[in-house]
Amino acid sequence: MRDLLRRRRMWRRRPELKPRYDVVILGGGSHGLATAYYLRRLGITDVAVLEKSYIGSGAAGRNTTILRSNYKTPEGARFYDASVKLYEGLGAELGYNLLFSQCGHLTLAHSDRAMFVMANRAEVNRLQGIDSRLIGPDEIRELVPTMYVGPDTTYPIHGALYHPPGGIIRHDAVVWAFARGADEGGAEIHPYTEVTGMEREGDRIVAVQTNRGRVAAGVVVNCTAGWSTLLCDMAGVRLPITTHVLQACVTEPVKPFLDVVIVSSQMHVYLSQSDRGEFVMGSEIEPWTTYRTRNTLNFLQDLARHALELFPQLEHARLLRAWAGLCDLTPDYSPILGRTELENFHVSAGWGTYGFKAAPIVGRTMAELVATGCTPDLIAPFSLERFYEDRLVSELAAAAVSH
Amino acid sequence: MSFLLTCPNCGPREVTDFAFGGEVTARPAGRPDRRELNAYVYFRDNVAGVQREWWLHRSGCRQWFLAERDTRTNAVAWTARPEEAPAAGGDRAA
Ligand SMILES: Cc1cc2nc3c(=O)[nH]c(=O)nc-3n(C[C@H](O)[C@H](O)[C@H](O)COP(=O)(O)OP(=O)(O)OC[C@H]3O[C@@H](n4cnc5c(N)ncnc54)[C@H](O)[C@@H]3O)c2cc1C
Ligand SMILES: [Zn+2]
Repeated sequence: MRDLLRRRRMWRRRPELKPRYDVVILGGGSHGLATAYYLRRLGITDVAVLEKSYIGSGAAGRNTTILRSNYKTPEGARFYDASVKLYEGLGAELGYNLLFSQCGHLTLAHSDRAMFVMANRAEVNRLQGIDSRLIGPDEIRELVPTMYVGPDTTYPIHGALYHPPGGIIRHDAVVWAFARGADEGGAEIHPYTEVTGMEREGDRIVAVQTNRGRVAAGVVVNCTAGWSTLLCDMAGVRLPITTHVLQACVTEPVKPFLDVVIVSSQMHVYLSQSDRGEFVMGSEIEPWTTYRTRNTLNFLQDLARHALELFPQLEHARLLRAWAGLCDLTPDYSPILGRTELENFHVSAGWGTYGFKAAPIVGRTMAELVATGCTPDLIAPFSLERFYEDRLVSELAAAAVSH
Repeated sequence: MSFLLTCPNCGPREVTDFAFGGEVTARPAGRPDRRELNAYVYFRDNVAGVQREWWLHRSGCRQWFLAERDTRTNAVAWTARPEEAPAAGGDRAA
């Protein structure tokens, strides 16, 4: 009990930046901190995480925490599945309650065409050993008795792709637990440290400039998600990425009546109910590029309309808050992971609306790349080089609204 | 509210009236090799700042036009028919 009252820091305050680190990680979101943590497990601890604002201030603290692995391509499904598996053991490993609830994930199909595409996805998933199958309206009613599955709606429900291991987690806890784990190993976490430039010699980055001075680096890992293009630009590396805004909102807490994640691409809506009882809801990205994280009334109006078609019970629920975050979109809806054309400048980017679920596997594979200099097989299909060679890994069908 | 765009043909409308066509890019000169072509097709400047970009007035005159918008604020400096747009000054596209 006394522990509850004691004020403890999750990670140490570091008054000074050292002049040099073996590894400098740009961005204190889930990917940057996970990379620092897995580097520690490989014995690499001369590490600094530079974050321009507070830890988790970017998409890590704004996402709607859906974890799943029922992707469309074998490369994608295998990769995300490895991440969900890591998440399953992460709370115990980090000694932190992450409130991971594998409540199941339903992607609704509103047409024959959608049923066909999802049947295909279920096959790809099962070949990778992922629990994923097509179900009909009766089974949907059994799983979600509170959802309206009648025929007299704008978008009648023909069936759904059911993914039992999918679920939700507490995003802030993931961020803090990775930060604490990295800090315990000796990595330094530097909030309010903005990277403003990079010094390049040939095809190496020798140092980064920050608002707190110059930091020399052995290896630089860019984990700045929505801002990736800007930091790559400082290094002279081009990316096939555009930055968009994604919005979300929550209702006030209501009695628990939904314990599955519901996604409908056709209705541009997805919902889950948090442990506190809030309905967490979101939609698609805005189609234009922007770095401005503001909500729009259109979003709230459209979302409310569609959410009420599925859950008329929410009619009187009030919205508690709405927010927005940046998303770094690639042309194929798959990430960019690993080496760039520079020798010691690696990147984890192109996470669009789906990167939170990937944090542990990104951390582990990027740490392995830094430690060994070799690209792990799991991330080889996601190289930046694939765009120059036109070898895309298209997740369009599985990642546009289903984050 | 999101923001307004002024269609050069129809006047100011809410942004949801329009389809976004992306930043203006420069076509490779001559016959690009495969790599140059893919760089042109896929890679973007994605600036945080003023950007020249294409819009289509989808729910109106269905014409394409150009705009200059600050992606940090969404403030639109001007919109114009392609043939009437100001000369590209600080355009980074190369
Ligand atoms: C509304 C919303 C809902 C989402 N829902 C889901 C979901 O349900 N499931 C899912 O898997 N994914 C989801 N995502 C996507 C997911 O949140 C992101 O893909 C993921 O968090 C990106 O990785 P990150 O956590 O490392 O990024 P971030 O948390 O964005 O970290 C990047 C960090 O870099 C910092 N930075 C930027 N520039 C600089 C600089 N110059 N110097 C220093 N630091 C800098 C930023 O401040 C930021 O903290 C959602 C995103 C949003 C916005
Ligand atoms: Zn018009």
